[in-house]
Amino acid sequence: MSETSERKDLIQDIRAIEASDLLASVADVKTAGYRLGQACATKTEGGVELLYSFEKDEILKNLKVSLDEKRPEIQSISGIYWPAFIYENEMHDLFGVTFKNLALDYGGHFFKTAMPTPWNPAAVSAADDGDVDDGAAAAASADDADTVGAADETSVDTDGADEKKGGEA
Amino acid sequence: MAKRTVIPFGPQHPVLPEPIHLDLVIEDETVVEAIPSIGFIHRGLEKLVEKNEWPEMVYVIERICGICSFGHGWGYCKTIEGNLGVAVPPRAEYLRTIWHELGRIHSHLLWLGLLADAFGFESLFMHSWRLRETVLDIFEETTGGRVIFSVCKVGGIRKDVTDEKLAEIAETLNGMIPELEELTEVFLEDLSVKNRLEGVGVLSEDDARELCAVGPVARASGVGADVRLDGHGAYAELGFEPCVEEGGDSMARCRVRVREIFQSIDLIARAAARMPDGAIDVKVKGNPQGEFVGRMEQPRGEAYYYSKGNGSKFLERIRVRTPTNANIPALVKMLQGCDLADVPVLVLTIDPCISCTER
Repeated sequence: MSETSERKDLIQDIRAIEASDLLASVADVKTAGYRLGQACATKTEGGVELLYSFEKDEILKNLKVSLDEKRPEIQSISGIYWPAFIYENEMHDLFGVTFKNLALDYGGHFFKTAMPTPWNPAAVSAADDGDVDDGAAAAASADDADTVGAADETSVDTDGADEKKGGEA
Repeated sequence: MAKRTVIPFGPQHPVLPEPIHLDLVIEDETVVEAIPSIGFIHRGLEKLVEKNEWPEMVYVIERICGICSFGHGWGYCKTIEGNLGVAVPPRAEYLRTIWHELGRIHSHLLWLGLLADAFGFESLFMHSWRLRETVLDIFEETTGGRVIFSVCKVGGIRKDVTDEKLAEIAETLNGMIPELEELTEVFLEDLSVKNRLEGVGVLSEDDARELCAVGPVARASGVGADVRLDGHGAYAELGFEPCVEEGGDSMARCRVRVREIFQSIDLIARAAARMPDGAIDVKVKGNPQGEFVGRMEQPRGEAYYYSKGNGSKFLERIRVRTPTNANIPALVKMLQGCDLADVPVLVLTIDPCISCTER
């Protein structure tokens, strides 16, 4: 097989940056010739972590930003990489992250979910308490009264599950 | 200035196997703007990571898509193996490569059939899907499944394939070549097909790069990007060069996929001939800790797999970014300036998989 040195896919470059440095860092990455690969959010203890992945010549560069879970708000990078609007609208709908100056803002209607911001309910709670003045997050929670139950039905009980069970699926 | 009208396209449309909605702003018969909407079939598969232990999640991830299910399974295993620092045995990497390329052949044949159906060439559609059946038969004989395979696991694969069977597969695929040539010649040379594809939905190389297009869409516009160049699987040893075209139109996207069918047959034959002996898996110990970003070249293009573990049996996050997700901005660009009648075929030329996109 290939030597490890040839395995470009094993090179992991993940750099944590401050939210205030995001636009400058992303602009630098674009100037260096990287293209936007993906952006996603991850729920952490008391926060939301955003990961932006860029690729050039099969080498990945990743930037990571940590945000508060109740007020996850950050500048959109769609002014630098226009296709980012896809990922940013997804992060808004699933994690309640607000993106300022989003090039194409679906206002919380990009994904139809059974409950608002399912990965980060704290963002919606804060909005309901008037803690967050984000209209989009509040709009996303508008029809949750009759849909939360549906979300519960999607839960899967995996008690006692093992690999064999999965293998027979 | 001509009057502008907004025409809703989808989410239910005869040409769309899955729901995507486009608001088409048209002047006369020309599309001047297209605003895409997805989100009708979001299943929240990634969130099941909270309920399923990481060895089980491979079965969930495989079910993201019924076409590139093997590739998704491999992509998931690759990111967990990277996270755990597991080195997969060479025989497993070769067999993974063979199954992945079989998936590419069957995906591209499926797409050719759908394309033929979209421009009203029903017999061409039927012949494309008839040939695809042979590939599905090979999947069934080697994995036990025709759509979902469950042969990929973290640390290797679950089923071995004998050398005799591998030789038989290579022979079967080789035997398909004359029929494939006959079939694809119609796609590439028939006048009625050319009229629907040539010069339609041109995406320039600059636009493809600017819009971060991936897969056959990018390669049809002269961008030589392909994840198989990064050295994973058996690709580095087999020698691999991406199929790149310059036209950037619908015909170029068709041509790339046609070339990739033959390329995949060649890759499978060479992998079968050079199949290493040895184990098909290694024992995996511990739980994922930390994060890993991996990629795969799915039939539709580049896919991302991000995993984050905390040392427990449950991952904190698994993220899959699928190729259609990345190609939607390019689709919006392609649609600008096209005729309204070309919209269905143009949407198909990115080979959209909305189930993948929404997960």
